[in-house]
Amino acid sequence: MTAARGAALTDTAAAALAAATSSAAGRRRRWRRRYLLAALGGAAVLAWALAALLAPWITPYAPATVNVAGRLAAPSAAHWLGTDELGRDVLTRIIFGARTSLIVGFTVVLIGGALGTLVGAVAAYARGWAEEILMRATDLMFCFPPIILAMAIAAALGIGTRNTVIAMLVVWWPKFARLARSLVLGQRSLEYVAAARTIGFAPAHILFRQILPNALGPLVVLLTLDVGNAILVFAGLSFLGLGVVPPTPEWGSMVSEGRELVSQWWVATFPGLAILTVVIGFNFVGDGLRDWLDPHARRR
Amino acid sequence: MPGDADPLLDVRDLRTWFFTDAGVVRAVDGVSFTLSRGETLGIVGESGSGKSVAAKSIMNLLEEPARIVAGSIRFRGREITALPEEELRDIRGAEIAMVFQDPMTSLNPVLRISRQLVETMTAHRRFTAPAARTRAASLLGRMGIAAPERVLDAWPHQFSGGMRQRVMLAMGFANEPSLILADEPTTALDVTIQAQILDLLRALNADLGTAVILISHDLGVIATICSRVLVMYAGEVVEEGRPQDLLSDPRHPYTWALLHAAPRLDEAVAGDRRLATIEGQPPDARAWPEGCRFRARCPFAIEACARHPALLAVDAGRLARCWVTQAGARLASPQPRAATAAARPAAAPSPLLHVQGLVKHYELPRENFLEPRRVLRAVEGVDIDVFAGETVGLVGESGSGKSTLARLVMRLEEPTAGRIVFDGQDISHATQAAIRPLRRRIQMIFQDPYASLNPRMTVGEILAGPLRLHALADTAAEARTRVGALLDLVGLPPAAAARFPHEFSGGQRQRISIARALAVEPDFVVGDEPISALDVNIQAQIINLMIGLQERLRLTYLFIAHDLAVVRHISDRIVVLYLGRVMETAKSAELFRRPLHPYTASLISAVPTLDAARARSRIVLAGEIPSAIDPPSGCPFRTRCPAAAPRCAAEMPPLAELAPGHRVACHFPGSVAAADRDRSRRSEVSA
Repeated sequence: MTAARGAALTDTAAAALAAATSSAAGRRRRWRRRYLLAALGGAAVLAWALAALLAPWITPYAPATVNVAGRLAAPSAAHWLGTDELGRDVLTRIIFGARTSLIVGFTVVLIGGALGTLVGAVAAYARGWAEEILMRATDLMFCFPPIILAMAIAAALGIGTRNTVIAMLVVWWPKFARLARSLVLGQRSLEYVAAARTIGFAPAHILFRQILPNALGPLVVLLTLDVGNAILVFAGLSFLGLGVVPPTPEWGSMVSEGRELVSQWWVATFPGLAILTVVIGFNFVGDGLRDWLDPHARRR
Repeated sequence: MPGDADPLLDVRDLRTWFFTDAGVVRAVDGVSFTLSRGETLGIVGESGSGKSVAAKSIMNLLEEPARIVAGSIRFRGREITALPEEELRDIRGAEIAMVFQDPMTSLNPVLRISRQLVETMTAHRRFTAPAARTRAASLLGRMGIAAPERVLDAWPHQFSGGMRQRVMLAMGFANEPSLILADEPTTALDVTIQAQILDLLRALNADLGTAVILISHDLGVIATICSRVLVMYAGEVVEEGRPQDLLSDPRHPYTWALLHAAPRLDEAVAGDRRLATIEGQPPDARAWPEGCRFRARCPFAIEACARHPALLAVDAGRLARCWVTQAGARLASPQPRAATAAARPAAAPSPLLHVQGLVKHYELPRENFLEPRRVLRAVEGVDIDVFAGETVGLVGESGSGKSTLARLVMRLEEPTAGRIVFDGQDISHATQAAIRPLRRRIQMIFQDPYASLNPRMTVGEILAGPLRLHALADTAAEARTRVGALLDLVGLPPAAAARFPHEFSGGQRQRISIARALAVEPDFVVGDEPISALDVNIQAQIINLMIGLQERLRLTYLFIAHDLAVVRHISDRIVVLYLGRVMETAKSAELFRRPLHPYTASLISAVPTLDAARARSRIVLAGEIPSAIDPPSGCPFRTRCPAAAPRCAAEMPPLAELAPGHRVACHFPGSVAAADRDRSRRSEVSA
């Protein structure tokens, strides 16, 4: 800025300008305030993923080794988080349990999300009777309490991780179908879709190559927020005796095993804390993603 | 006015900046003006010139990250910038009121009209609730709403855009403010409704003595109402004066450019229809250029312009921020270029597009179970022929069926009845697969440059898609070459291919949209309001581009617009639609010289004019376009027609050819054209 222009500005203006331009540090501060929680959540999720991946190398014991002599030992130098009723190391079982929980969480959410998105997107783009059928089927799924329905299905299919995941998938897709439908409906009235039709693109191309990429943002947010939810529901089903087959370590079933051991608080508390950190971690990441994708929230 | 002893509003060196993450945006950067009691002041400028931010600063309605960093705003001698929020609230709505652009969002949809009006009045404790309610009814009546007591308890969604703007005006005037700020109050309205609202605003100013600041991008709108105009460019006032002076003899090159970029109804269309435009874009508001901010785009720039000019008197009551006119020079009008010799080939004998008896009805859901289904009659028996190489303009108010007709012709919708024949092939009910080969020949340019390009695709992908689909480019390299050529055709650099749509301005996006339509080498292009979302100068650039492309590529256009001056400028023939029916069709010049249908005559007359003498003799059409769900019997226009007779209710007049190529659907053609005679005579002389 030249001296002439600088002189034309009043003192207050110049001061405000100086304050604004020297604010690279201020910008970093704002960014940190906005995404600090998301970063923390991301770190928690990443830590659990690494732990699950490296489980055999970082755990002091094997997850299924029974040691009746050392059962229900309190946390100590040998067993940092204590042992359970069969003398198995709680820390080891939590770390191995992360494998089940994370894999189930991602599987349910990714497959359920893909199914639901497909149903909702096709319904919204096709309109007419196809939409009626698909969306009424979606509404039908909403008529049942999801966990009870999943329990019934899982019980009918038989205990086991795979069957429980299938049961969860059945109740999982409808919310994605609803969201995807509303997103695609919003996009399909925009002129770029009419433009694609006038060029002669086929409906499948328009829906999957042109519209869906524009609708993906909110879906990814829901997906992320939902991983924690899926882990929680699976833990709940395991707690109720569905889900994993013993002795496979799993957080929900571990909480279940410790639920009557009041004085041996460590058996149920630490798996519970593991669930808590993962669920909150995914929630923080999802919130951060939503802020980042939403220009209104982003400006402040 | 400078020297006025007791101004109502005195703004001195106002600077309102936005402190964004991307830098400091100096939206308003040194604006000064005064306003006397009861005066009408217009502020004109393109988007981004700072005119709306200046108005919001006066109300101190700014939100983070915007801040008034310098300057003073004195309203009745009180410094507004220094007032605490509570005292500001006493001024807002009571002494200064604001009317916004979009009447569809500025009323609260969950509150009844009466409640919103009454709360406006009781909030400032000037009226008790019962008194406010009585006053609300009388205000609505004053704003031209029929049976105000009955509509008082209606919900906003039951009102049309024009009605809502009347309610907004009633709210604005409710507390008898001494100043009303109207920010583009008629931009979202049809030209006929705009004329009604402008008349109302002028009458309110005259009767109540309320000062008005009217912000608009349209010089014609401002000239209708205001006694003084500020022209804003790049955050500062570049010219100030009486509208008639500015219009006849602009003293700033930017005013000059605004004036000549817009086609005018009171000037003959020259042989070469290109408009005078200025190149380039407004400068970046984060770093205004040194010297005159308009210099880079100015056709009159001299050496002195490297220094920043001050806003100085150039004549009695006139100020300009320009070294050239301050030195006494005048800005010469651009000379219309002579028609290019090989202007246009004679129209082919058989039409390229033949539309006959076209009908489109939409079935609406029943309101309740026992009632019959309601039917929205969007298009009701339209005949149009478009011959190769010509431009046919389609005009009418919103709700007249223009866009539906375009979508039918593009076969984005399937007609209920009637025929659409393109180059001998009947496409009225053809499947999408059967039409696909024809898509290469018929293309469309859309209205909204922000919605018509897929934001997740690069410009290169957007343009290459149609090429690959229709096998016009077999390899990626070939497609790249063609994309480069297309970008060049619409005046964009080849580097644009790698960028995303959001990196471009509205005008540039519309160029990309045109390039996409031209990618498949069509011979027929439908433009659905392709320029109505753009600033005047960008409009002119796009019109020039479309005219140039038509000459080079021999395109045929079906051009839809609500701006009559633009339609007249670009079209060979014009079709006037009303409630899905053709009211009149004629050669463009003939239609404007001798409009025979009362609807055409009143549409033309409603256009805000730069000529004050004509403004007084205009026919202001009463009421609004009726609903297409339950249209009037007989001639649909009879409910608003000044010449309506009992016969009009009984039978729909046929579209009769009264002169060669001039067809009118009216029982009493020519009965309402009288008010327009003097203007047409003048345009004949100037031609």
